[in-house]
Amino acid sequence: MQSIVEVQQLTKKFPVGTGFFTALKEIDLSFTRGEFAGLVGPSGSGKTTLLNIIGSLDIPSSGEVVVMGNSVSRLTARQAALLRKQQLGFIFQNYNLLPVYTVYENVEFPLLLLNLSASERKSRVLETLEWVGLTDKINSRPAELSGGECQRVAIARAMVKRPVLVLADEPTANLDSVNSHNILKTMLRLNEELKTSFIFATHDEKVIAYLRRIIRLEDGRVVADEQVTPTNT
Amino acid sequence: MLKFLFNGLLRDKSRSLLPVIIVTVGVMITVFLHAYLTGVLTDSIEVSAKLTTGHVKVTTYGYEQNSSQQPNEFAMDDVEQLVEELNRDYPDIEWAERILFGGLLDAPDSTGATRAQGNVSGAGVRLIGSDAEIERMDLQTKLFSGRFPEQPGEILMSNDLFVRMKLAPGDVVTLISSSMYGDMAMYNFTVCGTLHFGVAALDKGMIIADIADIRRALYMEGAAGEVLGFFPEYYDDELGLQLQTEFNSARLDKEDAYSLVLTPMSKAEGIDFLISYSNYAGLVVILIFVFAMSIVLWNAGLLGGLRRYGEFGLRLAIGETKHEAYASLVGEAVLIGLIGSVIGTAFGLLLSYLMQHYGLDASSMIKDSTLMMPTVFRARITPETYFIGFIPGVLSTVIGAMLAGIGIYKRQTAHLFKELEA
Ligand SMILES: Nc1ncnc2c1ncn2[C@@H]1O[C@H](COP(=O)(O)OP(=O)(O)OP(=O)(O)O)[C@@H](O)[C@H]1O
Ligand SMILES: [Mg+2]
Repeated sequence: MQSIVEVQQLTKKFPVGTGFFTALKEIDLSFTRGEFAGLVGPSGSGKTTLLNIIGSLDIPSSGEVVVMGNSVSRLTARQAALLRKQQLGFIFQNYNLLPVYTVYENVEFPLLLLNLSASERKSRVLETLEWVGLTDKINSRPAELSGGECQRVAIARAMVKRPVLVLADEPTANLDSVNSHNILKTMLRLNEELKTSFIFATHDEKVIAYLRRIIRLEDGRVVADEQVTPTNT
Repeated sequence: MLKFLFNGLLRDKSRSLLPVIIVTVGVMITVFLHAYLTGVLTDSIEVSAKLTTGHVKVTTYGYEQNSSQQPNEFAMDDVEQLVEELNRDYPDIEWAERILFGGLLDAPDSTGATRAQGNVSGAGVRLIGSDAEIERMDLQTKLFSGRFPEQPGEILMSNDLFVRMKLAPGDVVTLISSSMYGDMAMYNFTVCGTLHFGVAALDKGMIIADIADIRRALYMEGAAGEVLGFFPEYYDDELGLQLQTEFNSARLDKEDAYSLVLTPMSKAEGIDFLISYSNYAGLVVILIFVFAMSIVLWNAGLLGGLRRYGEFGLRLAIGETKHEAYASLVGEAVLIGLIGSVIGTAFGLLLSYLMQHYGLDASSMIKDSTLMMPTVFRARITPETYFIGFIPGVLSTVIGAMLAGIGIYKRQTAHLFKELEA
């Protein structure tokens, strides 16, 4: 299997007052193409921190993180932006849609950065909105959507550029049970059809039930890493 | 991409409408203040030019060196010839001869003994045969009682002195002064009218008579202390300085106190400051407004402040660099600044135009000033008025956005997400 993320001896320290707080301690992990994996652990265990470093939004204090052949600590700001632009998709707990833009425009935005032609953009946006079942909401503004619909727009926005890897931080935290299951099913389907890899950060049992790999974090350490058979398929 | 950003700007009223309104108001005030200051300063300069300095002034070198003493011993002879030459060499400029002098005014009683006396400063200007000087010095509005001289021997005096000396219209007064040669000179005048200037220095003791009478009184036939030159319109310092160089290199000989010298009004004592004020007025207004508006726009957080960290965090996650995000923030600011400046300049020009056309009559407010000031305040629209507002308009939005956007740089990318998640 082709490896897309290699984490070796990763340690992350944050300056706190006069000293440091160590959020991640000597982490070794490897992700391959097509995974549907989750970082699971209590609040403060370091899930978001690890996800940010894999997403090249933050850098390691020591150790090495290689994402699709790029060493995160050695990327320039421009190279890191390019990596995110071309290969990575992000999904957040509170969707982070741009309120003044329509569903269509929110999903189109990443393609504008990629300088695709207008017709190419249009067909991709429409296709992606179809995947997440939002073709009837194309011209709505985020404020007119339900939470579940907003998160589906966010998924479409992450998926529209067909990234290799999607990083999802607590994507269901603001959703009810029905919507959570819908979202997860959508993502699972995209994972299977497009071979897009997903890495979640979560402590939501509903999410955990869908995962095929569970990495347990505690106090910044990996305490378990196991392949599982999804209980919910 | 541009269209995308532009749409966002248009739809988010707090990012477009409010800043545009603030810029519009600021620019409008800037433009108006600039036109107003330019107008009032220009008018003040013109009042001084018309009453005392001319736009340029030709005198002898000796006269110029001691000009505060009105040294008529250094007066110019054969002025008629000089004015002819000046008219020939500078046909666009109007030339006017004047004689300034000091003296004592004496009012005799029926027996010829002194009834009342007063110190006076006097001016001999052309009053009979031409209205040019009356109009130039705006004497019509200064006439308090009586009329202008119509025949030789008639004189105008300031009303305050007239009252102080308990004179009546038609009374005869004797001017006691010194002749061009330094001897005592006495001459009788009939008071035909009184003037009120509203300027303490002039109202204390001023007399004005026709220059021909003054020549007779001071034994100055064919002579004049000064010849004032007036440009067709406002004073233009570039032209003034150019004439100075031109004229003086041809005429001035510093060894010869009777050689002629031309002095532009910007070099005249007491006026120079006005002219430098008027040059810096615009600059000061601009600086104040750039500063004030930047602070307002920045603090109002209207240009991508805290409220938008989330948006920028997202844009960074999607793959923009901080540079690109910052540049688009500044680009938005330029756009807003330009739009606000265009609207503000239009409104400012309208206000300035009204103020230029109608003016504000302040004669009741400035009853007794120490400065020679215009009594009607008017704005003046110059070519500068059209673009001056753009400087604070665009600078303030850009500075405001740059200050607000520093947060994007200062925060680590991951921190922007913290704010995004909050
Ligand atoms: N910028 C920072 N400065 C200092 N400490 C930080 C910073 N970011 C995270 N931490 C600390 O690192 C630890 C891990 O934080 P992280 O956000 O990764 O936890 P998490 O597992 O995502 O928790 P949650 O489930 O609540 O989201 C926490 O104790 C947090 O306080
Ligand atoms: Mg977290």
